[in-house]
Amino acid sequence: MSSTYGTAPPDRPTDRPPAKKLDLGPVGHLGDRLFAGLARGSGGLVVLIVAFVGIFLLALAIPALADDKSSFLFSRIWEPGGAQSKFGIAALFYTTLISSVIAMLIAVPIAVGVALFTTYYAPKRLATPVAHAVDLLAAVPSIIYGLWGILFFAPILRPVIDRLADALGWLPLFKKPASEDLGVVFTASVVLAIMILPVVTAISREIFAQTPVTHREGALALGATRWEMIRMAVLPYGRSGVVSASMLGLGRALGETIAVLIILSVPNGNDPWNSSIFAGGETFASKIANNAAEFDSPEKTGAYIAAGLVLFVVTFLVNSAARIIVARSTPGGKRPRKVRRVGDSDRALEGATP
Amino acid sequence: MTTILAANRPAYDGKALDLTGKSGARAFRNTLATVLIILCFLVALVPLVWILWTVVSKGYHLLLDPNWWSQSQRGVTVRRVGGGAYHAIMGTLIMSLMTTLIAVPIAILGAVYLVEYGKGTKAAKVVSFTIDILTGVPSIVAALFIYAVWITVLGFNRVGFAVSLALVLLMLPVVLRSTEEMLKLVPDELREASYALGVPKWKTILKVVIPTAFGGIITGVMLGLARVMGETAPLLILVGYSKNINLNPFDGFMGALPTMINQDRTELALQPAADRVWAAALTLILLVLLLNILARTIARFSTIKSK
Repeated sequence: MSSTYGTAPPDRPTDRPPAKKLDLGPVGHLGDRLFAGLARGSGGLVVLIVAFVGIFLLALAIPALADDKSSFLFSRIWEPGGAQSKFGIAALFYTTLISSVIAMLIAVPIAVGVALFTTYYAPKRLATPVAHAVDLLAAVPSIIYGLWGILFFAPILRPVIDRLADALGWLPLFKKPASEDLGVVFTASVVLAIMILPVVTAISREIFAQTPVTHREGALALGATRWEMIRMAVLPYGRSGVVSASMLGLGRALGETIAVLIILSVPNGNDPWNSSIFAGGETFASKIANNAAEFDSPEKTGAYIAAGLVLFVVTFLVNSAARIIVARSTPGGKRPRKVRRVGDSDRALEGATP
Repeated sequence: MTTILAANRPAYDGKALDLTGKSGARAFRNTLATVLIILCFLVALVPLVWILWTVVSKGYHLLLDPNWWSQSQRGVTVRRVGGGAYHAIMGTLIMSLMTTLIAVPIAILGAVYLVEYGKGTKAAKVVSFTIDILTGVPSIVAALFIYAVWITVLGFNRVGFAVSLALVLLMLPVVLRSTEEMLKLVPDELREASYALGVPKWKTILKVVIPTAFGGIITGVMLGLARVMGETAPLLILVGYSKNINLNPFDGFMGALPTMINQDRTELALQPAADRVWAAALTLILLVLLLNILARTIARFSTIKSK
């Protein structure tokens, strides 16, 4: 937000005129043109890069897709290369989607709780350290999440999985596992949930902190308790923000590679396909990373690149959906963006409560 | 604004307007919500504390050994104690440094374009949209793309520089967005004062706008670096792990901390290998944390005062 108070007389427009009109004549024309060209070039380069990502992946995937002897979208077999190249992404797609969606379902309620805690519950002096502590979760490299997940967390989760399978085993999704394997989709989902928690928390926190003071004070003045104030004023205001934050978290979970690769046990080639989340499996990302050594013929490489392309498209759709939700549902098109520290909002709130 | 409140009122069937004081049910619900929200916070802290404790307690003793910082794993097998992580630390630093050298100029110039030149134009909207796409690109896709260009099309070998190129794709949007936010915060009065003195626009940007936003830009660079340093997927696909010291990113395989962890994690049953895994993990966390803390400290002391 540009602040031009004090300098301009009230009859003048307070907004700065477009930059072009401020070009004050021939002074430094060459430098200006060069610098503007560089800046434009960098902007264009970013667009080019993204276009190239799509074009190159597509160009290398098409020959392999043309040779594919099975249905790429609906087959569960993955045997690229050789005389009879067969590969389909159905199983990969299923595991990728189910693990990420479960991760989102676990992470979002907790993230909303943490965001509310930092904005409206924690004492003012605690709010900033608390926010930083949750942000630290994002600083832990994902390979460490993977190691910790399979070595320390999976054994603890095992009894929970058994209990869940006993209670809900009649659903194919929660079918009782055949083996005592630790690296199941559900474990990966919980670890993914921990990994996306800081992203969802950070965005929700920012949105909650922006709830207009008038809304909050209005609710409190009507005699609402703190929770009722949050339900009436904060949650409705932040709803679209939380939805888009969850979508961004989902996008992150879909593409996570190494943690999933370490945790998930790859099912044997001969095993029948298992739809249960209490069985092992492979996601797009883990499949590609796991078989990086197999990229020897253009055929095989093409198959993995085709899988990568699908992952690219899916994450692109999810992330765009997140942006569209934000753009459409915020009042006035875009929220004012400010640098704010966590805890700023508390002062206003405490001023309102006697 | 008020419509949001009005639309939500019916759900409360008049109870919210009960002015006779807090009924038992309402007070109970309020307490329940408080307890649940505090519980959420505690639940979120558990993994953080648990992971940090695991890594520190299992990895710290190798870090106290000076060899850890000065020797490579050359000739050291998984069963043998000894060697260090020098090769991996240098590999990680070299690859991230190359990434920074490529990504930061493009990111800063791109942000300058968005804020100073392209503001409000259609072209700027397209650029902004593609940055959003780039933000969401998974690291494995970035790695596959570089694989497609660098190895399949151009026919080069798997080397450290290819990893740097893939990391550029991941670092670029982080730095660009944070720089953009910072440039937006630079007060227009500063620019106008400079123009009024007859300083051309490009000099104004270089000498006034960017120095004013410098602290924030550095913060963005550090956060971007911290993000790419722990990335493993591009390393797996684009460079082989080497136990020897290799300081040349254009030739030969290169060690890095994540691939060092990945190398020994299959042999965790053996004590020397397990020790090295956790020590490498701790070293990596320390590097990333150091960058994060530096970024936050710089941010704290260099926030642009909007008054």
